[in-house]
Parts: sequence; structure tokens; C-alpha cells
Amino acid sequence: MKKLFKEQKFIVLIVAIVLYVIFALLSKEFRRYTTIIQMLDFAYYVVLMAIGVTFPLITGGVDLSIGTGMICYALVGGFMIRNYHWPVVLAMLLSVLFGLVIGILNGTLVSVMGLPPFLATLCTCMITRGLGTLLVNKQAVPWPTNKVPEGWFHSIFKLTIGRATKIPTGLIPIAIIVIIMMFVLNHTRVGRYTIAIGSNREATRLSGVNVRIYHIAAYAICGLFAGLASIAYAAATPTVQPGTGAGLELDAIGAAIVGGVSAAGGVGSIEGTVIGVLFIQILKIGLPFIGLEANWQQIILGLILIGAVLVDVIKKRKEAAL
Amino acid sequence: MGEVILEMKEIDKSFPGVHALDHVSFDVKCGEVHALMGENGAGKSTLMKVLTGIYSKDSGSIIFDGKEIEFHSTREAQEAGIVIVHQELNMIGDLTVAQNIFIGREPKKGFRIDDKKMIEDSKALFDRLKIHIDPTEKMSELTVGKQQMCEIAKAISHNAKVIIFDEPSAALTEKEIEDLFAIIRDLRSQNLGIVYISHRMDEIKVITDRVSVMRDGTYVGTLITEDCTKEDIINMMVGRVIYEKPKEKSLVAKDAPVVLKVEHLNAGHMVQDISFELKKGEILGFSGLMGAGRTETARAIFGADPKQSGEIYINGKKVEINSPEDAVKNGIGYLSEDRRRYGVVVQKTIIENSTLACLEDYTNGAVINKGKEKEITEKFIKEMDTKTPSSDQLVMNLSGGNQQKVVITKWLVKNCDILIFDEPTRGIDVGAKSEIYKLMNALTAEGKSIIMISSEMNEILRMSDRIIVMCEGKKTGEIAIEEATQELIMDKATRDIVA
Repeated sequence: MKKLFKEQKFIVLIVAIVLYVIFALLSKEFRRYTTIIQMLDFAYYVVLMAIGVTFPLITGGVDLSIGTGMICYALVGGFMIRNYHWPVVLAMLLSVLFGLVIGILNGTLVSVMGLPPFLATLCTCMITRGLGTLLVNKQAVPWPTNKVPEGWFHSIFKLTIGRATKIPTGLIPIAIIVIIMMFVLNHTRVGRYTIAIGSNREATRLSGVNVRIYHIAAYAICGLFAGLASIAYAAATPTVQPGTGAGLELDAIGAAIVGGVSAAGGVGSIEGTVIGVLFIQILKIGLPFIGLEANWQQIILGLILIGAVLVDVIKKRKEAAL
Repeated sequence: MGEVILEMKEIDKSFPGVHALDHVSFDVKCGEVHALMGENGAGKSTLMKVLTGIYSKDSGSIIFDGKEIEFHSTREAQEAGIVIVHQELNMIGDLTVAQNIFIGREPKKGFRIDDKKMIEDSKALFDRLKIHIDPTEKMSELTVGKQQMCEIAKAISHNAKVIIFDEPSAALTEKEIEDLFAIIRDLRSQNLGIVYISHRMDEIKVITDRVSVMRDGTYVGTLITEDCTKEDIINMMVGRVIYEKPKEKSLVAKDAPVVLKVEHLNAGHMVQDISFELKKGEILGFSGLMGAGRTETARAIFGADPKQSGEIYINGKKVEINSPEDAVKNGIGYLSEDRRRYGVVVQKTIIENSTLACLEDYTNGAVINKGKEKEITEKFIKEMDTKTPSSDQLVMNLSGGNQQKVVITKWLVKNCDILIFDEPTRGIDVGAKSEIYKLMNALTAEGKSIIMISSEMNEILRMSDRIIVMCEGKKTGEIAIEEATQELIMDKATRDIVA
């Protein structure tokens, strides 16, 4: 029990709950059930991005391309539906695959070419932003709305049942994905080697592990999840605007760090990241309700991140002293 | 030789678990070159670090220029006139020669740096050393030898009275060494006191006036170079009491098959044309001084570093090893000399470390079989008597000896037949040491073969069935244990290749 209290993710969970209670006490509107539903709708794509980026972060790297990447994949998928009348499911597949390809590209740049992750993914961030805009001729792309039959994909993440008290069933696919990824990180070779590379890449290499491939895999997973996030994003927003997306990755990366992923690599968990997203979403949605404009959220989040990284740095220093 | 300029008396220094300097005395006179010798870990560097303020001493006194002093940083020592020219150069490649020499104390003209004065002063320094280097050239454009000259110029620019050279010739060519000696002689004639740390016996004879020898953190004695022979110095370096009885004869059967054969291995200048054979059940000792190229040889065999040429045969079959992955597939395991950096993943558990080399054997499809993993790890914890409360303890929390056992476990779980142990008992206490020795003997009795790199003479003589000696990237000797003596090994390890 004592150990549990020391865990960063547990502390963050408590803080998130306290925060929710404070907001709920201060604002009548915040207490409304629809606010929770709204909060969740806009949390799905952040959760997916955050789960993905947890992998590169654990290897000691980062992926800055997931924000603009996500928009790029959503644009391309929607474009194929509107202009070439692709079935929605095919478009979704294309979005996810596109994400995977960019992820593998990121991984190759970092693992094989030896580029610093920050730089490599900053470049693909710019590339995906330009590419997305170009491919759709600078037009905003609406995916089918949930009024038409093709809009069924909305229900993957947005479905609610019941009239008076809607139940957000969108949580179910997310929960399944979270459980799968917890399993991947803790019970498979990809997960084990991701952590090992982040802790000590050289010792892992000298143990005969093909670190290049597994390092690429971490970025590939991240890309794949940016692709999945693009579907959730298309479901949450009426139209996808080209040229947007920069900055969205910061919420995801911030959530992972707040949730206990070490900025130096080697430590992190999927459940921690999910808790981090929860915390950030409460802050983001809640602050306007108590009369603070949304920009405050950025400032506060920045300060919280400094705190989270400091905790990590102090922990590392104590370990080094051992 | 003039009067004593520097005197260190009864210097004592302990680190947790190690008595690094045990009442060591040492002095330097004006106008002499005084060699400081000893095996790896004898305490030479520690003594110099105490002198230049990097470490503080526990007791004893340092008298410099007639006054008792104690420095708290290298900067204080520099300002007083004691400078050290390090083995590894501390130069910034992208700055010019003059900028490097005056870094941290650039001459000013108003608010800006006086480049003209800096260049002129550099020129004056080089004139004093009678060498020709353009102060406006970029440091990275110079050869290692010239860079070393700049380091010396920087040293004398501090108005040094005592200069310490820490293995200055390690990276130099023959011609550059000659130039270096000319400079050292010149500095001596200018009445400076010079401390010269080196492993090269032939150089000691050529350039120094006196030789002081240290061993195991104690001062052994001082000789006048002219009056002593190379053998005298070696005897002082190795003449310790032997605690452990050396192995008397090889335990390997005469007709034991060769499991590993390395032919004409080349990898950079630290591994030149190395050939040897390892027999089944053998412990092959690799001896030599620091920087002899033993670790580099091991890393090249293991595929950790690229090699230029050379063939490797395992059980008579030629194999291609281009990465650690290839080596592990061929049944080779490598224990690094730097356990924390290359051996274990310290923030992870014993279980995770134990199966790191062969996780594929502990997965069903993509899923790790955690039960099986735990089972094998606990079996080895028991067998090796690894002291830990549980198998999911973080490796970080274990002692050095037990961490080493975890690394060995990793290779045994993988069932490697050829094990390379690079300094297997470094930083391990005496009790754990003998356990590691016992373990190594048990492994060879089982038919595994071990290459053991060690800088400890005792260890080499106690464990090896056969000994290979290296010096400066070359194999300089192969000695059967029956014929091995400390003196013979040291002689081969200090052999000057050039001579």
C-alpha cells in the first residue's frame, strides 16, 4: 500500500479526482453529465496519441510528428471518401497504414540513421503538415456526418445509448485497446525490449538483442496509434482543417510525462499515461468553467510538467548516488 | 638537479571499501624528470589527483615551494604553478589553437577579447618550446602529437613550476615522441620539476632521472634511473606477497578440442593481427596493462565493434560475426568490464536481466512466459548463491559481486559455451571474488571455455591455464601456466614495440 502511494500515476489519479471535485463544486455547468460526455469525446484521440507516444518516450526519445501526422492521415482518409467514394472502412485502413509508414520512417531515422529523435520527428512533423495540405488541395475535408449511413464510424468512439442518461460506450473500445497495450508493454518482447533500450541501449545490444529493429518498432507503434487517433479525431470534429494539428502532440506527450513516463527513458506505463490524459482533459475542460480562459491551461500544464520532470530528475539523482 | 620544489608526505586517502593511498611520500626536485610507475590501480593517478586538488586527502601534507599547501580545485593548483597534462586531451576541436590555450582566461581589451594579444602570446609560448604551430589553426586540424604540444604550451603558460605528464606518449608516433622528449629536456633545463607517468620501460630509461614505484596504494621506493635496470623496476612493481597460490599446471587435457580460433584479427590500432586458440574447458588469461587492447579484442570478437579483417572459427567452422546478435547466436557471451554501463540494466529486475539474451526461448508466440522466466532465474539464483531477497529485486539494489552473478546468469540461461569475462572481479570485495573464481572453475569443469581478461596479476596466475599477453594492440606473448611468472608477464606487457 505504501508503495502504491509513492507511484506517480496513483498520486496523479488522486489529484485528478480532487481537481474534478473542486471544479464540480465551483461550477454548476461542470457538474452536468453532458460535460463528462463532451470531455470524453475529445479525450479519445488524445488517449490514442498518448498511448502511442509512450513507446518512443520510454526508449528515451520522443515523437513530435503525431499531432500534424494525425491531421494528415485524417485528411487523406476523408479525401478518399469524398472524392473517390472509397468505402469508409478502406479509408480508415488507409489512415492507419499511413500512420504506420510514417512511424517506421521515424524509427528508421532514429535507430538506423542515428538522428536525434527530437530532430527526426520535428522534420516528419513539418513533412506531414505540408503533405496533408497538398494531397487534399488545401480544402477542408469533412468525413461523413453521423446523420448519414456512412457515418457509422463515429459510433466506434462516440456511441451513446439511452436517452435521458446516455452511457458513453465509446469507452469500451478504448478500454480494450488500453488493456491490449498494457499487455504488449509488460508481457511481450516488443514491450520488454522497449523498456530495456530506454534503460540501457548498449547493454541490451551487447546481450545480443537486435536493438535496431525493436527501436524502430517503438516508433512504428507510435505511428500506428497516430493513425488510429486520426479516426477518433475525425469522429469528434465536424471537418478536418488542413494545416492544423501542430501542438496537439504536446497534450499527448505532456499526459505521458505527467503519468509517470521518465523523460530520460526506461520507465513508464500505459495506465499511467491514461491517467495523465484524464488529468489533462479535466484541467482543459474544467478551467473555462471556473472563469479562467483556456490559455491558462497551457501555462498551468507547463508548470505541472516542470514539476513532473523535476520529480523524475531528483529520483534519478538519488539512484545515481546509490 | 636542484632543491626539492614539491614534497608530498605521508599522504593517506580512503574511498568506501578501498584504501587507495596508504601513507605515500613522493618528491620532485627542480630540473629533474621523475618517473612514477606502478601497475594499474597502484595509486599513481589518485596521488596526482590529490596533488592537483581533484581529491582531498585524509591526512598527510603537501609542501610546495617551501609552503604547506592544499588545493581545492585544479584551477587553484594551476594558479600556484602545478599543472597536469592529461592522457586524454582536453581540447575543443572547433576552436583555434590560441583560443584553446587561453580558454577561461582570455586577454581582454575593453569588453572584447584581444585576439591579437592571444595569438602573439601563443606564438611566444611555441617559440619557447621551439615548435611550429600556427595559433590561428583549428585544433581539430592538428595531429594528436601537435595537440599534445598545445596542451604542454597551455601548461607552461600558467607559469608552471611542476608539470605532470600522465602517459603522454600513449597516442604518439615515434617521431612525435622524440619531439616530446626534446621539449621535456628543454623544460628540465629551464629548471622545472617534471613528473612522468608511463608504462613504457624503455622511455623511462631514456628520459627520466629518478624512478619512484607504487604498488597497491603504497610507496615502494625510489631509484636513480642511471643505476638501475629494467628488472629492478619490474621487481619493485610486482614484488608483492602473493595471497592466492598460482595455478601450478593446466587443467586442460592435451587433446582437448579447439572451440574458438581467431586468426589475424584487426580492428583499429588497438587490435593488430591477433591470433589465438581457445580449448574446451580452458581458462585463457589475457594479461597486459591498461590500454593494451584486450577489451577491444574481446569486443571485436563479440561483434560489439566493427573489425577490419580476420577470421573466427567456432568448433572448426568459420563463422561471420558482425553484431553481438551473431555472437550470441554462436554461443558466445560477454561480461563487460563496465558492468553498470554495458552489463546489466540496473533499473530492471534480476528476472528481466537474466532472460535478456534469450527472451525468445521464454515466449509463447509473442507472449512472455513469466512463470518459466521466474523459474529459471530462481534456479540460477540458488545455484550461484546470488544474495537477494527475491528474484524481482532491482539489480541496482544488489552488491557488485551479486550484480556480476546476474550477468553470468544471463549467459548461462542462454547456455553459451564460450564466455568472455572482462575484468570479472573489478570492484568486487574479496569474499565475492573467490565465489566468482569458484564459479569459473565449475563452469570449465562442465566443459565451458572462458577467456578471462584481467589486470590483476594474482588473478591471471591463479585462474589461467594459459596466458596471452598484449601490449599496445599487439600480442606480445603466449605463456603456458607452468612457465608463467609475474616478471615474465610484466616484461612482455611493457615490451616496447618500437624497440
